[in-house]
Amino acid sequence: MNLLGKLSWDAIPHDPIVLVTLAIVAIGGAALFVFMTLAKKWGWLWREWLTSVDHKRLGIMYIILALVMLVRGFADAIMMRTQLAVATNGSEGYLPPHHYDQIFTAHGVIMIIFMAMPFMIGLMNIIVPLQIGARDVAFPFLNNLSFWLAVSGALLVNISLGLGEFAMTGWVAYPPLSGLEFSPGTGVDYYIWALQISGIGTTLTGVNFLVTVLKMRAPGMKLMEMPIFTWTCTWANVLIVASFPILTAALAMLTLDRYLDFHFFTNDLGGNSMMYINLFWAWGHPEVYILVLPAFGMFSEIVSTFSGKRLFGHKSMIYASGVISLLGFIVWLHHFFTMGSSANVNAFFGIMTMIIAIPTGVKLFNWLFTMYKGRIRMTVPMYWVMGFMITFSIGGMTGVLLAIPGADYVLHNSLFLIAHFHNTIIGGAVFGYLAGFAFWFPKAMGFHLDPKLGKVSFWCWFIGFFLAFMPLYVLGFLGMTRRLNHTDNPDWNVWLYIAAVGAFVIAIGIAAFVLQLILGFKNKDKNLDKTGDPWNGHTLEWSLASPPQFYNFAKIPHVEDLDAFTDMKEKGTAYQRHASYEPIHMPSNTNAGPIMGLLATAMGFALIWHIWWLAGASFIGLIVAFIFRAYASNTDYYVQPDEVARIENEHLDNVAKG
Amino acid sequence: MLTRNLSKVALAALVALLAGCQGGVLDPKGQIGVMEKELIITATILMLLVVVPVILMTLYFAWKYREGRGEAYEPKWSHSTKIETVVWVIPIIIIAILGVITYKSTHALNPYKPIESEEEPITVEVVSLNWKWLFIYPDLGIATVNELAFPANVPVNFKITSAGTMNSFFIPQLGSQIYSMAGMETKLHLIADEPGTFKGISANYSGHGFTGMKFEAIATPTREDFQEWVEGVKASGETLSTERYEELVEPTEYHPVEYFASVKDGLYFDIIWEYMGDMGRIDFYGKPEYGAQLPEGVILPQREQKSTTHEAEEASH
Repeated sequence: MNLLGKLSWDAIPHDPIVLVTLAIVAIGGAALFVFMTLAKKWGWLWREWLTSVDHKRLGIMYIILALVMLVRGFADAIMMRTQLAVATNGSEGYLPPHHYDQIFTAHGVIMIIFMAMPFMIGLMNIIVPLQIGARDVAFPFLNNLSFWLAVSGALLVNISLGLGEFAMTGWVAYPPLSGLEFSPGTGVDYYIWALQISGIGTTLTGVNFLVTVLKMRAPGMKLMEMPIFTWTCTWANVLIVASFPILTAALAMLTLDRYLDFHFFTNDLGGNSMMYINLFWAWGHPEVYILVLPAFGMFSEIVSTFSGKRLFGHKSMIYASGVISLLGFIVWLHHFFTMGSSANVNAFFGIMTMIIAIPTGVKLFNWLFTMYKGRIRMTVPMYWVMGFMITFSIGGMTGVLLAIPGADYVLHNSLFLIAHFHNTIIGGAVFGYLAGFAFWFPKAMGFHLDPKLGKVSFWCWFIGFFLAFMPLYVLGFLGMTRRLNHTDNPDWNVWLYIAAVGAFVIAIGIAAFVLQLILGFKNKDKNLDKTGDPWNGHTLEWSLASPPQFYNFAKIPHVEDLDAFTDMKEKGTAYQRHASYEPIHMPSNTNAGPIMGLLATAMGFALIWHIWWLAGASFIGLIVAFIFRAYASNTDYYVQPDEVARIENEHLDNVAKG
Repeated sequence: MLTRNLSKVALAALVALLAGCQGGVLDPKGQIGVMEKELIITATILMLLVVVPVILMTLYFAWKYREGRGEAYEPKWSHSTKIETVVWVIPIIIIAILGVITYKSTHALNPYKPIESEEEPITVEVVSLNWKWLFIYPDLGIATVNELAFPANVPVNFKITSAGTMNSFFIPQLGSQIYSMAGMETKLHLIADEPGTFKGISANYSGHGFTGMKFEAIATPTREDFQEWVEGVKASGETLSTERYEELVEPTEYHPVEYFASVKDGLYFDIIWEYMGDMGRIDFYGKPEYGAQLPEGVILPQREQKSTTHEAEEASH
């Protein structure tokens, strides 16, 4: 038996592009390592961050993960757009199919699973407990573990760059192409284990936050009075809990097909790939609402805050989100109208899909009427909201068009479809996260970012988006299908060039964003947010310091209004000094999370390369680590009243000065 | 005035855009494609009725109520039954209209529905291979690779399967596409309203040779021209035997056009049955459309024959 399974020197790719990338990553990693060692920061990093169970720190780490993966996924995007701009008129371009096919698969997987999901979960982590007046989530250790499982999946995707290959199947990995017969390499196995491990983390997050909002709301906050962002996250968590197990099961069956010669989805011996396709989208469609609903919540908070008004139709918004969530489960077939279902089946799923446009339209109108008779401050988050409302309206329209089976028969799988879902995911989810990022950054980090660079970033993203994706709508009408490696149609060229230019404009937007962060940290002391309420916010997170006290609330607030903090400010009950405080019960940091995440990575890696002894050993290690954690006794501690008093008084002094 | 000029510019741009769409799905050359284009345009206009006002209102409200203009300010105003009713009802009306259109058009454009015509339709059996298209004409006994021909104004009945990965059979200018899947048969009915040569593609990624998986679909002006093309195919003298088919299945990229003067009887069914057990075959022939006449060269599995005799016995009782 080979101790290294299928792993050998041949696993290292010989592609110059990959080798250069690996060299850059290695140099960057080494530099970081040297810096951390010289600055003696490893212990600090481990104790204060990596093992932290503080939802705010986990949220920040999630967002760091998302931003790193955004850069990786965007590098893929730039490569694809330049390949297609170069490889016209029959030219082969610079990316042969073997490499190009991995790139578009990795781009999809990374952007959905390792960029959008961590970004959304990161913002949810930071804000939801604060909005409901809680001191942490219901299961702080589980929260840390979820994060490390997400990191584990992301690590596997990145390891595939240097060892072996990634899937060449498209991000949906439809069998039979993803089966052993047509994809015998390790690519699909990387895909399976990266999604499987991070997916379990996501399911745990869903459970964690559902319990949190159900059991840990501040006294007086009824369910229907939860802030709208918390509500949309709650709907997203309902969707996570209901849909991620479907992905887990579908991937498990694909795993059995590939590892143990089962025949769930194979062509022969009674297998049927249509089952995978149905299961995949039974998860995949709710997944896009998991991404976009919290973004809707962010837009709602931002519009209401910067219009200086209550949100118009709060109840309407909650019900609209609920309707979207429920309908999200009965529309999955619209991803394959062209698979030969009967007219009645296709019509049913088409009509169900377009019904989703109703609650979504209502949301747009509600944001409009929140602005109506408001006093609008055009801050960076508000720019993102405006950009979103314009962009997303168009994306929604093309979505309804694709929901009509008769139109889908000619637009399915075309670049029109690519344009549509980027229109909704970038214009809806990503613009939302960037809006939320700009909105809550001072809260999470304690200082402001340069708004000028923020606006530069916005305009580049906004204009770049239209340049990059409007041509794809045209190309779809011109009959260009997706995932082509090169083209030979002179009518398409000009549109492909414009799209490539658009991608570079977005690149400038990302560069401005990164610069904004770098300068922000550099000039941090000049831009501190001392009051904790820089925008005159409505909800409880703004009642705390920036960054919030690690225990969040010294005394759990009593909520009497939808806009709880506005209400307190109006009644004069905000910023009260208390004569005495109770000890605060807090969870201790734990190294079980990162250790289990590392073991999960080792297990995934071993399974991918058929290193069975390592797979078995790391699995047993996971179980042992979990048992140790389950029986650990030092899992909590108390913050003493005098320390609470000191921290609270410092914050209140700052507020008084501000 | 400004909006009127703007809308004129927008309309002109739209027309230019649509006119520029030569060779795509907005330049259809067949009845199905024409109906689909009309459907796309109708639906888009209906939706613009909501989308355009929303975009304009967004810009207008952002301008009108921005800080420092001293417009009316009502920080606590957050509910109006009247407005909420309107914002729910307007999308509901639009979607109701679209829903009716969807129901009707989905039935009218059902890819499985034969096209009504006085002309006798032509049947083509389509097989997606890695990475090329095999077309078998069961009634003519010929086959081609990566070239498809049929007379204009004659309905074509496609029966589609795959020898391996999933693909999508698509001639953008003629209309609908449908997946090809191994061990299964899907159907598609198309017609060309005018002669011409149209691009055909696979519209579902199927591995690294996918980009080159193209074919030409030739609609000949008359049946006579089509017959001429058939004679040309027959002149090749090649036979698509089982052995020759095994060679063809091997993955190739940018496969050249090939002609076969004759085809092994029932090859298309062999390809489907490769992945089906006996039960699958019985299910397949249990369909009424195959109940009466079996294609030539098709050998029924044993169990099928038994059940036939059983039925015959019952009938004699």
